[in-house]
Amino acid sequence: MAEPRPVLEMTGIVKEFPGVRALSGVDFRLFPGEIHALMGENGAGKSTMIKVLTGVYSLDGGTITLDGKSVRFASPLQAQQAGINTVYQEVNLCPNLSVAENIFIGREPTRFGRIQWKRMRKEAAELVDRLGLDIDVTAPLSAYPLAVQQLVAIVRSVSTGDGDGEGQGTKVLVLDEPTSSLDRDEVLELFRLMRRLKDDGVAILFVSHFLDQIYEICDRMTVLRNGTLVGEHMVSDLDQVGLIQLMIGKELDKLEELHEHQLRADVGETLLHAEGLGRTGGIAPFDLEIKKGEVVGLAGLLGSGRTELARLLFGADQPDSGKVTVDDKQVPMNAPNDAIGAGVAFCSENRKAEGLVPDLTVRENIILALQAARGWTRPIPAAQRDELVAKYIKALDIRPANPEARVGQLSGGNQQKVLLARWLITQPKLLILDEPTRGIDIGAKAEIQKLVVSLSEDGMSVLYIAAELEEVLRLSHTIGVLRDRKLVARLTNGPEITPSRILETIASGEHQ
Amino acid sequence: MSATTQTPTAPDSRTTPPSKLTTLLGDRRLPVLVTATLFLAMYIAGLSRYQNYGFGEPQVFLNLFIDNGYLLVAAVGATFVILSGGIDLSIGSVIGFTTMFTAWLVERQGVSLPLAVLLALGVGAFGGFLMGYVIHNFEIQPFIVTLAGLFLFRGLCLVISKESISISDSSVSSLAQTRVSLGLGELSIGAIAALVVIGVAFYVLHYTRFGRRVYAIGGNEQSAMLMGLPQGRTKIAVYTVSGFCSALAGLLFMLYIQSGDPLHAVGMELDAIAATVIGGTLLTGGSGYVIGTLFGVLVLGLIKSIIQFEGTLSSWWTKIATGVLLCAFILIQRAMTARKQT
Ligand SMILES: Nc1ncnc2c1ncn2[C@@H]1O[C@H](COP(=O)(O)OP(=O)(O)OP(=O)(O)O)[C@@H](O)[C@H]1O
Ligand SMILES: [Mg+2]
Repeated sequence: MAEPRPVLEMTGIVKEFPGVRALSGVDFRLFPGEIHALMGENGAGKSTMIKVLTGVYSLDGGTITLDGKSVRFASPLQAQQAGINTVYQEVNLCPNLSVAENIFIGREPTRFGRIQWKRMRKEAAELVDRLGLDIDVTAPLSAYPLAVQQLVAIVRSVSTGDGDGEGQGTKVLVLDEPTSSLDRDEVLELFRLMRRLKDDGVAILFVSHFLDQIYEICDRMTVLRNGTLVGEHMVSDLDQVGLIQLMIGKELDKLEELHEHQLRADVGETLLHAEGLGRTGGIAPFDLEIKKGEVVGLAGLLGSGRTELARLLFGADQPDSGKVTVDDKQVPMNAPNDAIGAGVAFCSENRKAEGLVPDLTVRENIILALQAARGWTRPIPAAQRDELVAKYIKALDIRPANPEARVGQLSGGNQQKVLLARWLITQPKLLILDEPTRGIDIGAKAEIQKLVVSLSEDGMSVLYIAAELEEVLRLSHTIGVLRDRKLVARLTNGPEITPSRILETIASGEHQ
Repeated sequence: MSATTQTPTAPDSRTTPPSKLTTLLGDRRLPVLVTATLFLAMYIAGLSRYQNYGFGEPQVFLNLFIDNGYLLVAAVGATFVILSGGIDLSIGSVIGFTTMFTAWLVERQGVSLPLAVLLALGVGAFGGFLMGYVIHNFEIQPFIVTLAGLFLFRGLCLVISKESISISDSSVSSLAQTRVSLGLGELSIGAIAALVVIGVAFYVLHYTRFGRRVYAIGGNEQSAMLMGLPQGRTKIAVYTVSGFCSALAGLLFMLYIQSGDPLHAVGMELDAIAATVIGGTLLTGGSGYVIGTLFGVLVLGLIKSIIQFEGTLSSWWTKIATGVLLCAFILIQRAMTARKQT
């Protein structure tokens, strides 16, 4: 269905950052009415390509042609005006404004220059509804979790140009990892929307590390590796194995290894015991036991209380009821420090808001938690510190492998790895991982999962939260199932436990 | 790899809106309510203590507007800047400069009053524009740039004259003495102008695209840019508004004092910022209301009147009370933002 002339053509794109050549001579073209995947490992240059296109970064070389005309945007505003709408990686909205405003700001319906709030709220509610999202559009965006925010960002991008003409303003829609925090249902809803736009002739650029999603929705793909173009292929001509080889430049056997990997059968005695722990508005009182060396996975839909449970165990939210004992000693749980003192570490899903300090270096970000645990008056000796940092940069394959790089300049996936390293380095007894593989490429994902298995073998307990059920199943000894902010079941992993079995448990919501 | 198994009709466990308590504590209107309540409480306390001295006269209340009209206008400018996530330290200097400049134009140069007013407002707005331009284009901290503005305008005062210039122009004094009767009491031109400014600012902040952009860049400037908002233009406009408000405040101050003096309004930017913060605007930007600023100014004004009524207290107590209030309100803000993050 590709027409002879691409709507967007980028040729010989070069982008250099101090010390890094993020893109060296990349060509890319996008046809109207197609969904085109931009593929590559973490740090391959996908987001940079998008930012260069939309005027966030200036171009160091190459040309961009939109509709046959040579263009160069100085700001996202100009790109938007030319018909390129973008959802950037990480949610980029204003948390202090209402959901409705976040969707409309910059093009609010006005009459004689006066904003028509009623009309705006009504239209926003309709747009949100069309994506199958049932939320109050007058509430501030910050009241909602990341996944909802991601959906709001998508609603904003696809509705741009709607206000005045019927969506004809949008020529190109760019989605940089829009699905990283979404559930299966939301993803399906998004795909439906993307197909509709595609039928209207909109060209869509899609980035995702979920290969299944790529194969489900995309027509064509461009593969990048280390800032260079590897090739452009029709999705139908390239299978997953071939694609992975193109992306990482060698054969992938890591995943296979993991599949065969046996979880350690015997786990030790009880490490942590929560009794009647709960918080109104967060999660209903629950009991949970985690043994030494055990991996407990949490499964449940979006908003079922996975994160809330984790936050209670870490003392990030204060419980209204119940108590927690670690190693048979009761822990007060008034603040994260209590939990940290008892050997609990928490790797948050929201790396932007609660995790990393973008202006500090990789090294500083990695040792932050360890230093805090030791107390600030006892600095870690430089040699020991550098050795530790180097070890984890290597173990997690953080790129660039430069401890002096500022974290804000790393690619999204590499930032996630830094956050993970920060908590691993503290050698906790219980490590809580909330969506640790969000935005991480397929190779690194396998690495992280392997790491979890080996940590468990060394006797560390892990509480593992992931949206992907397969991921939870592959790693966990025990699976806690959540529904409607309640822990409804606790399943011991075994051959008979399958993703559909878990989904049934969620649906029926019965204790087993 | 991902869950391609079809989903059974799972219950809709979508995000429920936050609980009532968190909604209340997280409500951005709460600080305004706190300030308004504080004002009311202070007023009632004043009533019971100084009843026999005429504290209950409506005119005492209206005098709050007459005596603080200029501060109200200056604080509105500060509110715009703080909402956008910035700060303006040049407010007091621009006020002082405006009094000098206008007095000089009218008294020494024989310029007609309306023209002098227009010129003064123009210079103030242009000064603000320049500071905004530098802040945006050279990516320099607003604190530094407006600090430079503070020195620059104070210096310009002294360039005009080292002595104060008193104003004898008859139209100025008649304007200053004009009172508009409200039945229960009367207001000055300056007080009415200040109330109009509040009304206009409220409309602009809540019913125009520009106003919403001010909140957006205060919420997250980087995001606002990525959302395709003209964040640079907005920022420059915000400082222009603040410069304009400062100049207008300068004119009202001149009307109130009837002289130009190079040392007028030293440090008034701090009063304006204090009133804004006490009125519930977050110093980090993105949250607050201009109505809160109105109450902030009224609270500061009421402290002054109470101390006057007390008679024996030194006027320094005003500063001490302001300091205490400021601390209290910053603590409240802190508690609120902390609550929101959990
Ligand atoms: N602002 C910046 N300053 C310096 N280097 C940067 C900056 N932004 C990106 N880089 C570097 O450019 C390279 C490409 O990063 P980019 O964000 O485009 O990767 P990506 O393909 O989107 O990866 P991911 O899948 O992890 O999101 C990385 O090496 C990164 O460290
Ligand atoms: Mg990226």
